[in-house]
Amino acid sequence: MNTLRITGGTVYDPANGIDGIVRDVCIADGQIVADVEAGRTINASGLIVFPGGVDVHTHVAGGALNFARGLVPELHRAARTFQHGAMPPAGGRAGAAGSLRRAGLGGVTPTTFATGYLYAGMGWTTVNEAAVPILTAKHTHEELHDTPIVDKSCLLLMANNEIVLDLLEAGEVERAQQVVGWLMWAAKVYGIKAVNPGGVAAWKWGRNARALHEPVEGYRRLTPAQIIAGLAGIVDQLDLPHPLHLHCNNLGIPGNVATTVETMQVLEGRRAHLAHLQFHAYDGEGWDSMRSGAVAVAEAFKAHPQLTADAGAVLFGDAVTITADGPWQHLLYQLTGRKWGNLDVENETGCGIVPYVYKDRSVVNAVQWAVGLELLLLVDDPWRIFLTTDHPNGGCFWRYPEIVQLLMDVEARRAQIRKLPPAAQQRIMLGDLDREYTLSEIAIITSAGPARALGLPQKGHLGVGADADVTIYPAKPDRDGCLFSYPRYVIKGGAIVVEEGDVVAVSDGREFVVRPVYDDGIEDYIRPLFEQVYTMSFENYPVEIGRLRRPALMTLAAKRR
Amino acid sequence: MITLTLVEQPAVPLEAEVVRPDVVAGLSAEAIRALPVFLGRRQRRLDDFFRVEGDGGDEIEVRGDAGRVKWIGRGMTRGRIVVRGNAGMHLGAHMAGGAIEVLGDASDWVGAEMSGGLIRVQGSVGGQAGAAYRGSASGMRDGTILIGGSAGLEVGMRMKRGTIVVAGRVRDFAGLQMKGGTLVLGGGAELRTGAWMLRGTIISLHPIPLLPTFAYACRYVPTFVRLYARHLQALGFGLPADEADGAYRRYTGDSSVPGRGEILVWSPRGD
Repeated sequence: MNTLRITGGTVYDPANGIDGIVRDVCIADGQIVADVEAGRTINASGLIVFPGGVDVHTHVAGGALNFARGLVPELHRAARTFQHGAMPPAGGRAGAAGSLRRAGLGGVTPTTFATGYLYAGMGWTTVNEAAVPILTAKHTHEELHDTPIVDKSCLLLMANNEIVLDLLEAGEVERAQQVVGWLMWAAKVYGIKAVNPGGVAAWKWGRNARALHEPVEGYRRLTPAQIIAGLAGIVDQLDLPHPLHLHCNNLGIPGNVATTVETMQVLEGRRAHLAHLQFHAYDGEGWDSMRSGAVAVAEAFKAHPQLTADAGAVLFGDAVTITADGPWQHLLYQLTGRKWGNLDVENETGCGIVPYVYKDRSVVNAVQWAVGLELLLLVDDPWRIFLTTDHPNGGCFWRYPEIVQLLMDVEARRAQIRKLPPAAQQRIMLGDLDREYTLSEIAIITSAGPARALGLPQKGHLGVGADADVTIYPAKPDRDGCLFSYPRYVIKGGAIVVEEGDVVAVSDGREFVVRPVYDDGIEDYIRPLFEQVYTMSFENYPVEIGRLRRPALMTLAAKRR
Repeated sequence: MITLTLVEQPAVPLEAEVVRPDVVAGLSAEAIRALPVFLGRRQRRLDDFFRVEGDGGDEIEVRGDAGRVKWIGRGMTRGRIVVRGNAGMHLGAHMAGGAIEVLGDASDWVGAEMSGGLIRVQGSVGGQAGAAYRGSASGMRDGTILIGGSAGLEVGMRMKRGTIVVAGRVRDFAGLQMKGGTLVLGGGAELRTGAWMLRGTIISLHPIPLLPTFAYACRYVPTFVRLYARHLQALGFGLPADEADGAYRRYTGDSSVPGRGEILVWSPRGD
């Protein structure tokens, strides 16, 4: 039996009510157990012990990200490199036998292998790729397989799928649910993502969906509100572990607070996860008057306890914006005037890519920076809002420790605020917020909370039976002055994968896949529609389960009506 | 001074970015011999290819045909490199200071994205001298590139500041998407000079085919050209600036962007 005991560390395990207690954590065969008798011991005296980080919303694999990688050669030249070779010896111990590190590039859009090394090197052990079209799902799974160490899941883009929208337009919600179930299993995904509902479909006519209660371009009756409510209902009926993952309409546009609050009203009573809330919390009438709308969004969010959200925080510096939200990306391209990529994914969705630099001397960017932090500080229940940057949209995931530092240190925030343009300082309220996150709250927003929102009971905690994903940090700020940049140890599935911030062993992560309940007969309905409009043959469309090399299958039971 | 004599011609291009004063200054000959160079994907020692004489200082002399040796003087900030023969691609790319002199020819990407210093090539060069690497927003940001012979495609592409002088002829797309700085073409150019140009100056001493998106403005000798002529005279390049000899026809563009760049074409008196 492969066992490990972590002794003497101060443990933060908020899911089990443990807030900074010195106790042992025992591991056997990849799981947390009550006790072990022999085996290796890690002395964690003076260190802090967290459950491994869980990223609820990131973009690390697939067609869109690969397009982005190709669009920014200048950023690759400046990126951190990972060289092919055996693991570097760490702590006087050579890397585990057979552990070979693959070459790769870090930077703003890391390559697949580097993505795994960078997440693990920071102490994150589970990531959720948030946007997959069915048409490129095979590619996404191939890349996720080549993203080592971390466990993965991915979400299917659904709010602009023309077969589904046609059914919702016709009021055939029951059949739409069957189709969604079939499509999910065809793509081998974990949940459902809705991006700018109706807006990407409208973009194919050169339009957007700006108003929630007006028909979408190309449809007679169907509105974005009906798509949102319809999909949220379908997700609930299918009983998916993760609620509808929603990128609201009007992302990035000043004055979008109204749309975001209205969306919460449309969702009334239904579960949903609001992605990258920062991009949906702007007040003002235009770019000249744009200001923080975090207070209004946070208040509305608090009044809808069935919702969760992630921050989508922004950090100053290089980013690449990648989203299915094609019309927004065209607007952003017009604002930046540099590069723009646009993809049409047949009848399913679209995609836009614009490299972007967030500058602290830009009033708009400064407001964006503040809004992300304001939301994290204003929503006082850490179980409902999680740490993300919508990587690589608001900043790179490997910069999360910088956000943690800002959340834990009011003086660090104020020092940054003082550097912002005076006009920006008047449009934010971050300076008025005194809240400082505790270590326990950090453990919630980086691990326990997102694991719970994803519906992964074995993740985000250190109770008996949990996956042995453990991160051990120094208790004091490290070489960068940032807490959490360089974990002393990261343990993934019971194996030590990182020591002193360096990857010392590489394992393959698993991929979580949900098998929803649907009537197999629905294929007879989809096939002729598909053969009419798609460019590929129907047989080549679904991803076979055998293509996923380490699937962790979750088969759902039929829900009683 | 350190002398590097090429004794083993590499079968494929050799990447030798260690050949710059910033690296070798202060190193013993022994340490310099052991510096890493890359032949394809294999790491080798500098003395696998070069005979190394002298101790490290701020001056390096390269002897032999180094036409397959890439990245000489990459990112150098000081000192001087003399190449008594040809130099390979990316000579002086990213350099910030110091001087490089090549007695033979150089290849593509001479002084690409450089931010200071002087590169003088007595022979001809390939394309993309002083240019931006693919994807970058800007090419050379300052410094001077002097070319005695001809040059290839996209000379000064996206350059932002600094000066490039080509005594001979250049090929297509000189000053492509240029953002500033000065490009002097002593022997004229092929097609599409100044395409997508935003700002900056291209001076041609020979008539060149112009894009229809450049508009004729006037015929004169701008004051700055007189100053430039004196500056270039000191560097050994003559630029006509006497109204008795003729004047420059000024064209502005590229209006397809739209840009506010200028192309000055020398027209001798009586032309």
